Amino acid sequence: MIGLSHYLIVSALIFSIGLVGVLRRRNLLMLFFATEVMLNAVNIAFAAISHYYNDLTGQMFAFFIIAIAASEVAVGLGLLILLYKKYGSLDLDDLANMKG
Amino acid sequence: MENLVYIALFAPFVSSMFAALFGMSPKQTYVGIIASMLLFVSFASSVTLAFTIYTTGTPIHVTMMEWISAGDLTIPFGFLVDQISVTMMTVVTLVSTVVHIYSIGYMDHDKSFNRFFSYLSAFVFSMMILVMSDNFAGLFIGWEGVGVCSWLLIGFWYHKADKTREENPSISPSWAANEAFIVNRIADLGMLVGLFILYWNVGSLQYDVVFAELPNLSGSVLNAAAIALFIGAMGKSAQFPLHTWLTDAMEGPTPVSALIHAATMVTAGVFLVIRANPLFGMEEVAGVSFFIASLGTFVAFYAASMALVERDLKRIIAYSTLSQLGYMFAAAGLGAYWIALFHLAAHAFFKALLFLGGGNVMHAMHDELDIFKMGGLKKVMRGTWLYMGIASIALAGLPIFAGFYSKDAIIETAFNEGTYLLWFMLVLTAGMTAFYSFRQIFLSFHGEERYKAFGFHPHEMYKFVLVAMSPLAALAISAGWFMDDFKEFVYKGIPEYEMSHHTHHIAWLLGLLVVVVALSGIILAYYKYARTGAKAFKRDEKVEESFIYKLLKNQYYVPKFYEEFLTKPYAMISEKLWTTVDMKIVDASVDGIAKFLYKTGDSSRKMQTGNLSHYLNWMAVGSVALLLVAAISAMLG
Repeated sequence: MIGLSHYLIVSALIFSIGLVGVLRRRNLLMLFFATEVMLNAVNIAFAAISHYYNDLTGQMFAFFIIAIAASEVAVGLGLLILLYKKYGSLDLDDLANMKG
Repeated sequence: MENLVYIALFAPFVSSMFAALFGMSPKQTYVGIIASMLLFVSFASSVTLAFTIYTTGTPIHVTMMEWISAGDLTIPFGFLVDQISVTMMTVVTLVSTVVHIYSIGYMDHDKSFNRFFSYLSAFVFSMMILVMSDNFAGLFIGWEGVGVCSWLLIGFWYHKADKTREENPSISPSWAANEAFIVNRIADLGMLVGLFILYWNVGSLQYDVVFAELPNLSGSVLNAAAIALFIGAMGKSAQFPLHTWLTDAMEGPTPVSALIHAATMVTAGVFLVIRANPLFGMEEVAGVSFFIASLGTFVAFYAASMALVERDLKRIIAYSTLSQLGYMFAAAGLGAYWIALFHLAAHAFFKALLFLGGGNVMHAMHDELDIFKMGGLKKVMRGTWLYMGIASIALAGLPIFAGFYSKDAIIETAFNEGTYLLWFMLVLTAGMTAFYSFRQIFLSFHGEERYKAFGFHPHEMYKFVLVAMSPLAALAISAGWFMDDFKEFVYKGIPEYEMSHHTHHIAWLLGLLVVVVALSGIILAYYKYARTGAKAFKRDEKVEESFIYKLLKNQYYVPKFYEEFLTKPYAMISEKLWTTVDMKIVDASVDGIAKFLYKTGDSSRKMQTGNLSHYLNWMAVGSVALLLVAAISAMLG
């Protein structure tokens, strides 16, 4: 029987994968993917907990997050294309020009 | 009537603000004229108020607005115009109007002409608040206000450096201003303590409430309050041992000396004692009152003795002011409040006249003040000679002149109270007063024309200035004639004081004695200083070398004592505290904090690589740290 904790463990695992992606990746596009992974990990947790408590609010939240993530990607990808056109690269090590 | 009160109070304020608009611009004569006109408006309102109160006999009490209201403490902006304050208002506005007009002539060549009028009017406004307020807090505000204006005006020529003339040690105006301010702060602390004592025990600072509550207070509280308030009065009225600032204040422009350091501000201390007469007149504080009378008598004698050998024209007049303030305190301390108030008014007229005349002489002699370098000025300065003569006769207290009535009444009071030592000292002082004031007149206006040797070309003051001084001259002669009317007028607001039958009986003898003593002083001065030719005044080396002469000349070494035993040790302690406590503890800890912040900032700068990936890593570290903190605090409870 698959219970709430299984879902939460999966969610935590996916979140960690996303987090490691954010921390280790250098390519901006990959960073975007990693954040999407983290957002969806949270969605899983929301849906699971919502089902557990028989409360639809959590699922509503998940929908909101999907909608916002979609729009964010739309804007973010546009920006990335502009960046690529300007610098010819999306590697963060190449883009570091604000050194303190 | 209420409007008149406000006009009398705020006309000087408007005048000050108006003159301040032109404070930075070069001399504009109309600024002085408009200021004088506004002061005259204030004077006219004060006279009208005085007349109203004279006819109706009821004080006018107005409350303009709520001022301070916090918890149980309510202090309204209220004004009380009764017999005491209306007398002060009339005197203050009259003298200040004359001084304003005089200043148009005197400050003619000064580049800060407009600024001067702004300060002078601000002073009058503060003085009006001081005398008109219906509570001790307002009185204190005015008290501090006149202190600030006095500081501004003594130091008016702040750019002048120390200039030591021959045997006439001069100090810089800014030093004198600071001295006056600091000495007054010391006394004001006493005053403030007195106000706190009264508020603590009564719960209000309104005059009527406080005075009604006095009989319910214990003797020690009353004594403490009376002593503390009198310390405040001692500072403002320059009584021993806080008297040194008054003579040094003569560094200010002469109109300032006439208005502030002779006629009005220095009498504020006497005014305070008269205003608080329900307190000082109580049985329980009889000791304090007697001390006031004794100190007043002592100062009268002490100041007069220093004036005997002084050579600086303005300082002689300053000593005479000190001495006359002593007379006022003697009267107030003995319970004759109305006589003190009357002498205050009469003194304001003739002393302001004397100072303004002294200003004319100073103007004529190009700021030379040494009377040994003058002599024979009568020929070139007839008007000034006449005015100063009138003022000196009034000061010496010869019959029909103002000083005779008021001073004689004080001396009579001392006799009437059975304090014969005080009486003797006061009579002696009257003789000395006559001597030194006529010494100064004779040395400057009569005798050989010594100024010629020094290349001075004295000239008389402008005509309009002399005309403006005439009201003061008229009052210096005639103020005493209205003594009985004045008595009748103020009796409605001040405790009555009448001579006993016995004293009344021999009053003529006492008066005659004072006149004889004063006359002999004048005659002595005449023989010594006024003659010309072979018998002309010559300086006597032997007298000038004598111990007593040197003692008096050096003001009993009191300023030197203060310098050696107060100023210098204080400077030494300050220096020590500066180098150890301030530099090594306070500054070091403040610098330490700054240095710590600099260092941490410098070392954490390395985080700022400009690489987004590194920032994200740091962000993750931060989130984890916050999570940890939240988790630990949740576990701890």
